[in-house]
Amino acid sequence: MMNYRRVRSDPPGTPSAPAVRAASLDVVRGPRQVLRSLDFTVPRGRITGLLGPSGCGKTTLMRAVVGTQANVTGTLDVLGRPAGHPALRTRIGYVTQAPSVYDDLTVRQNLAYFAAILDPGRAAADRRDEHVDRAIADVDLTSHADALAGSLSGGQRSRVSLAVALLGAPELLVLDEPTVGLDPVLRRDLWTLFHDIAASRGATLLISSHVMDEAERCHRLLLLREGRILADDTPEALRTRTGSETVEAAFLHLVDEAAAAARAKETTR
Amino acid sequence: MTTTTNTAGLARPAPTGALSPARTLATAARVLRQLRHDPRTIALMVLVPCAMLVLLRYVFDGSPRTFNTIGASLLGIFPLITMFLVTSIATLRERTSGTLERLLAMPLGKGDLIAGYALAFGTLAIVQSALATGLALWFLGLDVTGSPWLLLLVALLDALLGTALGLFVSAFAASEFQAVQFMPAVIFPQLLLCGLFTPRDAMHPALEAVSDVLPMSYAVDGMNEVLRHTDMTAAFVRDTLIVAGCALLVLCLGAATLRRRTA
Repeated sequence: MMNYRRVRSDPPGTPSAPAVRAASLDVVRGPRQVLRSLDFTVPRGRITGLLGPSGCGKTTLMRAVVGTQANVTGTLDVLGRPAGHPALRTRIGYVTQAPSVYDDLTVRQNLAYFAAILDPGRAAADRRDEHVDRAIADVDLTSHADALAGSLSGGQRSRVSLAVALLGAPELLVLDEPTVGLDPVLRRDLWTLFHDIAASRGATLLISSHVMDEAERCHRLLLLREGRILADDTPEALRTRTGSETVEAAFLHLVDEAAAAARAKETTR
Repeated sequence: MTTTTNTAGLARPAPTGALSPARTLATAARVLRQLRHDPRTIALMVLVPCAMLVLLRYVFDGSPRTFNTIGASLLGIFPLITMFLVTSIATLRERTSGTLERLLAMPLGKGDLIAGYALAFGTLAIVQSALATGLALWFLGLDVTGSPWLLLLVALLDALLGTALGLFVSAFAASEFQAVQFMPAVIFPQLLLCGLFTPRDAMHPALEAVSDVLPMSYAVDGMNEVLRHTDMTAAFVRDTLIVAGCALLVLCLGAATLRRRTA
């Protein structure tokens, strides 16, 4: 899983515009306001973890960044353009929570098709093959390359889905719970891969999870609760600020704090 | 997709509204590849119409004239129904599996996707229609005055119409159950009113008016024109143009149901 060798597009350390910048971002789904006036930035070349309990709006936020979410208001700039801009479609890799691959195609056929959409034409065929091979190797599925995606285990299928997102060397990878249902060894390997992608290529990763121990592996954290940002900081700073041992404890501390503040507001009213 | 010496994927042209032949072909190849992993579906699609024609031939053993009209009409109706079913299920699966969302987040035009589907299923429809037409003409004694190529042309247009309708209704189906139920809802009324059972001008005037606006009526009329006339009649040209026009219109409506941004 460590063979993600890339020429750096943006030397790390260069001060550059953030990969994602949101200002008073609101998202409404049906009658419900899912995200409420969010302000945050996602720095380039880093791994930002998006954490929070299920139903807090993580997926909606990711869909907004990718440009597939309707009813988004406010400012949301991604890689210097408004989210959903057609020019971004080749620059962002997105992995949905449920693996989105064709079950009745083999792993290689799946990747070959998506590669042909990203980089069409006969002239690019060799380059595509190379990219497909590398993406399969990245997620450690080389031995299953010719198996039907539908015959793979849940964890393997989600890795096929991840491999699709790695095609085309996107500058921003948006991964919705990529490690759910994977065994500890695979989870460790994938996180190594994520760090490798960020470090060697300067790609930005936005990864959601509700497993708090994964938070420690991120450079920065966005804690989301009930559609609002509870904290936007590094894991260490969060722990120090709340005087907690772990990010999980820090998160719970912040949740209690927010609940207490809400109650206080309620009583003064 | 960049080479290792290239720095970023910016050199690639942004997707435009126009069709990209390479992406359309890749999509069509992918759809056919998916079907190839499902030989039973292919066998059912290709063989069931043939089996039905054989059945029909011997049901009307005593009246070859009836077999002639019904048989010719069915050569146009089979591709429509099969393609409707296959397309509505296939696109529904594309919607529910998340692959549609993924594709639309990629530089794939909606037109590319729809044209890819139409191309793949159109190819399959040609195989299906060629087999059914050949069987009817040379083994079951279907007596056609016009050219079998014209029969095939109408059958192909009907298949495209079926693909278009299937694609369109899949937007309104939340599950495979619903998608299958759209067949009786969308196809059966057309089947009853297309002139297969009674000539359209013998129906109640209100029903005749309804049948005048349903595309399958023209598909069947077109088939009957080929059946009775040696060369392309004006009515045949009109019928095929109407069927083709409807297919195109519904394909565009289908494209409109594909949304890059969803709630």
